[in-house]
Amino acid sequence: MNRQIVRLTYVSLALVGVLVVMTTYWQAWAAPGLANRQDNAIKRVAEFSVDRGLVFSGQPRKRLARNIERKIDRRTLFFRRYPQGSLTAHLVGYSTVGRSRTGLERSLNDYLTSSNANLSTLVDKAFDEIRGKAIEGNDVVTNIDLDAQQVALDALGTQCGAVVALDPRTGKVRVMASSPSFDPNLAEERFDEISQITADCAPAAALVNRASAGLFVPGSTFKVITTAAALESRKFKPESSFYDPGYCTVYGKRVNNFDTTSPFGTIDLENALVNSVNSVFCNIGKELGAKRILDQAKLFGFYEDPSLETPSDEREPSGLYDEGKLYYPKVDSNVDAGRMAFGQERMLVTPLQMAMVAGAIGAGGRLMEPQAVARIVAPGGKVVLRQRPSLVRQAVGKDTADAVAQMMRLAVEGGTGTAAQISGFSVGGKTGTGETGVPGANTTWFIAFAGKDDESPAELAIAVVLQNQEGTGGATAAPIARSVMEAILRRTENP
Amino acid sequence: MTARNRELLGIVVAGLIAGTALATVTIARESEVSPSALTYGFLFLGLYLAAHVVVRRTVPYADGALLPLTAVLTAFGLVLNYRLDSDSGGRQAMWVLIGVVALSGVLIVLRHDYRALESYRYLFGVAAVVLLLLPSVPGLGERVNGVKLWVDLGPIQFQPGELAKICLILFLAGYLREKREVIAQGRLKDFGPLLAIWGAAMLVVVQTNDLGSALLNFGIFLAMLYVATGKALYVGAGLALFLGGAALLYSAIGRVQERVTIWLDPWTEERVFCALNGQLELRQDCASYQLVKSLYSIGNGGFGGTGLAEGIFTSPDGAELIPYLRTDFIYSAIAQELGLIGAAALLLVYMLFVVRGMRIALRAQDGFSKLLAAGLTFGFALQTFVIVGGVLRIVPLTGITLPFVSYGGTSIVANFVLLAGLLLVSNRASTPP
Repeated sequence: MNRQIVRLTYVSLALVGVLVVMTTYWQAWAAPGLANRQDNAIKRVAEFSVDRGLVFSGQPRKRLARNIERKIDRRTLFFRRYPQGSLTAHLVGYSTVGRSRTGLERSLNDYLTSSNANLSTLVDKAFDEIRGKAIEGNDVVTNIDLDAQQVALDALGTQCGAVVALDPRTGKVRVMASSPSFDPNLAEERFDEISQITADCAPAAALVNRASAGLFVPGSTFKVITTAAALESRKFKPESSFYDPGYCTVYGKRVNNFDTTSPFGTIDLENALVNSVNSVFCNIGKELGAKRILDQAKLFGFYEDPSLETPSDEREPSGLYDEGKLYYPKVDSNVDAGRMAFGQERMLVTPLQMAMVAGAIGAGGRLMEPQAVARIVAPGGKVVLRQRPSLVRQAVGKDTADAVAQMMRLAVEGGTGTAAQISGFSVGGKTGTGETGVPGANTTWFIAFAGKDDESPAELAIAVVLQNQEGTGGATAAPIARSVMEAILRRTENP
Repeated sequence: MTARNRELLGIVVAGLIAGTALATVTIARESEVSPSALTYGFLFLGLYLAAHVVVRRTVPYADGALLPLTAVLTAFGLVLNYRLDSDSGGRQAMWVLIGVVALSGVLIVLRHDYRALESYRYLFGVAAVVLLLLPSVPGLGERVNGVKLWVDLGPIQFQPGELAKICLILFLAGYLREKREVIAQGRLKDFGPLLAIWGAAMLVVVQTNDLGSALLNFGIFLAMLYVATGKALYVGAGLALFLGGAALLYSAIGRVQERVTIWLDPWTEERVFCALNGQLELRQDCASYQLVKSLYSIGNGGFGGTGLAEGIFTSPDGAELIPYLRTDFIYSAIAQELGLIGAAALLLVYMLFVVRGMRIALRAQDGFSKLLAAGLTFGFALQTFVIVGGVLRIVPLTGITLPFVSYGGTSIVANFVLLAGLLLVSNRASTPP
């Protein structure tokens, strides 16, 4: 029987040997994958024993996220509190034990928990562990102007919409407000209350960051891009003359101006933008073709995720959408260029994208990377990461940008955007009213930039969008843009 | 150095390991360093020294490695149970004490000739079947986690499956020793009792839903049949028979299906029906919750582990993250706190135990002793494989215990009886003429 016993020994040892191999697999090979799973409660609790980094606003410097300490089962755990409540809920997001994270809390989790390994932080961490001290995370300082953020959220009120304001010279995001907002302090235990939030639209979808993930019909704000494409093509000049019968014919169908009762007759491009005359842009669109305009839009950042620091699934690219998917036509004839030229067709954009467009126009054509985070600071004050202004590209030539900027200034001086005038500043803007065909369900826009005077580059750009509106962009969105811009500009004036 | 002195040295080393680990947990628990932290270590050492004295007196020529290896295994179990819950640590210690008493009792009673047991082989066979079916007797059986494994006799509750395993091995050792030649010739009528065992194994699964015990007992049966006859064909036929039966049961019993589904696809992207609350849930939040959380626990350990008493087993509100941690999932607690190093060390101890056990089977002189030692050792290895393999997603998870480590009285006592068996066989084989 001994031969059989020897073989049985091999089998027995192999059985236990397989256990060693599989343990190695789970602990070495598969461990990172397990750690990244959303339902990994053990990893989540482990991260809650880290004294998570704080999140600060830019100006005035206040804590947007802080920790409270609680001793549970001989272990000190750190739970998140958001002192500013709903004010920066979408950008900062939440970090809870029971749910997954959102916002910067998710995308910067490695920094906030000091898991961003480099040699010196690793050594510090090891010493903290040996001393039994909680690991301290890195603090995040954002660029958010908290007062202006408050003005924006107050102005949005119960309306559904969003406001994005940024400094076009650097890309620093000053305001990122989405309405309705929610109190992230409720996310841990009273999540139901968040899902029950209502507003002037249904579904209210309070958790969605409309500023960067909300896709809206751009309406006439898209004319800014069409104008830029027209000037860049060298086929048109601001003085180019058109005849406006009050409508435009595309594929044999009439496309009306906003107000068909009083056609402008003979009008130049500049005045067409100031007064937002659909038929003129319709004709430009037909002349240029869809791809030419879309390629200009691409230079402004369309068809790519804007590189903000928030999680990528909280940002959406702007562009044509077909059945819920981003769509770029193979040939010009796939798209109705005439309608697209004034922001209809299947064009959908985010407020963040439109603020970038306004900013690039105001800043001589330079498109800067939007940045919500200023710097990340390790415990002890060492700067781990400092965001530096980063040029995405020259979106349009300086001459074109300045010419479009001038037209937008005229629109605020005496066109559709007069509600956005700010004394002592030069403001250029463009209204938009995306008609859905249902009364009281228009999407209204105002995009703008502001600077000291007509000559110097803009120091602020803004995009405001409102859902389910009865009025026009000039009447509804422009006043909000004005008050938010004022809050930021007045501060810069008297710091 | 004699086997007994080697054993003494091994026990002192095991005592040092256990003492250090118990002191670590005590200090972490009380948040202060005091000499009393060493008390448990001394008690542990004292207990095994007593066992050593009994072994020296009753089976002086027995293998010297098994008792120290057992000491290390029970140390793992005591430390982890004490770390997870001080009450169950205390109860586990009591069971180890009872286990040592049981060991001593068996050694004392059978010290002259354990081979007398061979004549009671059919009694053991009947006892095994009765014990296995006991939990499904109405009024006696208790259903835990959907599986009937427990017998409730008023004040005493026990898992008869563990004892049934030993009875089965005793029956097979006796029966196969007597019939090995005729069975090897392949006469059909001699297969009667063997087919009866297969039928009983399947019946047990149907009755108690306990796939783990069926796999374990049938595996032991096939291994001993192979050792006795040397016919690999029988093993193949047996495996085919078992797989066929299992496939049949798979289509017939919902619980078996569920276990297999959990094993193959613990994670789902989309919500599937959850039998626990009747709603649609992700499978990792419902049926495979335990398994998945246990894998997270193992993954969190990494190479070096979190350190004793530093692992995470509770959520911030104090709820347990891994149900049945101290019994079915003790291995994932070990893997988290002691890491790959600790888990591999534990498995190495099991390997050494298996090697010593099989060595005893090789050196035994008569067929009954050989079959007994090989059966006990293989049962020990297979049980380790089935439970740890279930935790590691190698096989479907079943609720059986990790020998000497899992929390649970019956299991500890049964494994000490198993140890006694191996010591008796090795003592006889090594006794000078």
